[in-house]
Amino acid sequence: MTDAVEPDFDVIVVGAGPAGSVTAYRLAQQGLSVVLIERGEAPGAKNLSGGVLYGRVLDQVFPGFADEAPVERRITRHVTTFLTADSAVSLDYSSQRLAEPVNAVTVLRARFDPWLASKAEEAGVFLMAGVRVDALLTEQGPDGAPRVVGVRAGDDELRARVVVAADGVNSFLARDLGLRRTEPTNHLAVGVKTVLRLPRTAIEDRFGLTGDQGAAHAVVGDCTLGIGGGGFLYTNAESLSLGVVLRLDDLVRSGHTAIEVFEHFLEHPGLAPYVRDAEVLEYGSHLVAEGGADMVGTVATHGLVVVGEAAGLTINSGLTVRGMDLAIGSAIAAADAIVEAVAAGDVTATGLAGYRRRLEESFVLQDMATYARAPKFLERTGMYGAYGELAADVFHGVFGLDTTPRRHLLAVARQALKRSPVTVRQLMSDGWAGVRAL
Amino acid sequence: MRTTTVSERLAANRFELDEEESHIHVDQELCRSTGTGRAIIAVCPAGVYSERDGEILVDYAACLECGTCRAVAAPGALTWHYPRGGFGVTFREG
Repeated sequence: MTDAVEPDFDVIVVGAGPAGSVTAYRLAQQGLSVVLIERGEAPGAKNLSGGVLYGRVLDQVFPGFADEAPVERRITRHVTTFLTADSAVSLDYSSQRLAEPVNAVTVLRARFDPWLASKAEEAGVFLMAGVRVDALLTEQGPDGAPRVVGVRAGDDELRARVVVAADGVNSFLARDLGLRRTEPTNHLAVGVKTVLRLPRTAIEDRFGLTGDQGAAHAVVGDCTLGIGGGGFLYTNAESLSLGVVLRLDDLVRSGHTAIEVFEHFLEHPGLAPYVRDAEVLEYGSHLVAEGGADMVGTVATHGLVVVGEAAGLTINSGLTVRGMDLAIGSAIAAADAIVEAVAAGDVTATGLAGYRRRLEESFVLQDMATYARAPKFLERTGMYGAYGELAADVFHGVFGLDTTPRRHLLAVARQALKRSPVTVRQLMSDGWAGVRAL
Repeated sequence: MRTTTVSERLAANRFELDEEESHIHVDQELCRSTGTGRAIIAVCPAGVYSERDGEILVDYAACLECGTCRAVAAPGALTWHYPRGGFGVTFREG
């Protein structure tokens, strides 16, 4: 180590999303010198998410954050809807227990991420925005293996003891080192989203909310034209976030374009009552890792740790879609492991191994393991088409009183099942798989 | 809600165009032979890609920087990286 160039910082964090900013904050708080590099002109400028943040883990970092941070609404209502061309069957759960302590909030990242980054700056982090990191600087270590010693941005080189790759789902940094492979397209989805302006009172009336309460709607079925994935509709303070998430293998196979599917969702009669007179404020998209535990590769190597989406840490359980909370969980684990490694003077893969151990001990990898079967389960085609039709048929049999004699519910269900392409065998098999996967 | 086209929706966004260089490059031959052309047209939410006379056209100015095209492209058919610092889309909502 004697001939090594003195690093400019203890740690370079690349990417000022929740994973990067929280890692940087905790490192600075524990006395390390940290630079946080963000390619957007300001934190959040390049970031996009559906919009629901399950915030209890952030509460551990910033107690009571929801009172201080620019959050939109506190989610007290979760609605899951099976949509067909002309019907909607919903599971509607609302509870004040979700408000106190606050369980989930909607956020708009262009407002929320700057707040998180400002907390890091207040703790002493040096924020460098508008800078694209082009590559990692590596040197050959004594054992012959490359070790990361910094980053290159244009003609500039910055050196550090540890680099944190918080550069999102595409993570060019993790790829550079071969830590992330080329994912099969059934592990990836494209999220297409728009934000629509709508007056506060209209939102409260249409979604059955008061004050800062919020609703999160998840939709499967006809909204994606049967393509694996789903639609979402979230309430912000004075706007709605809505969009579709489409599994790439299914999308390419379908012969539809992402734009067509998104526009079909926008114009769906099931959505119309919520979005009437709303005006487009923004349009964006985001690649989503949906492979679950299979996607999480090596998260630490010599001089580098990978956090958040860059590490493949996202979960789609069918009912909940999560990313930011896992990003924050990984940030806590990474920062504490880095502090330990720097103090011990060992930032090799061995010295940084505490990161993975902490991830395994935390909810992050435990939840990833719990939902490990979910991606495979959600690939079952019935989820996006036939089941919605079946449910709609059963309920039509119950509520559609057309003067024909009524039958017992079981007979109605049996008849609906007979008309459906779904077989009893498939229903049993999917039901069992669902119970085990979710 | 009034029906909108993708270009109308994109017009609500803020873009800083890098007039000197495109961050997307297409290998026309590989795009044709591997089916990448068809796939990137299908998945791109911004309609960056289109086809004319067997050539893939790239309107990189409208790119939303999601990287979805890169994920479906055959090796070598598409070179895609983020725009230089300060350029590209700036989300004001996110």
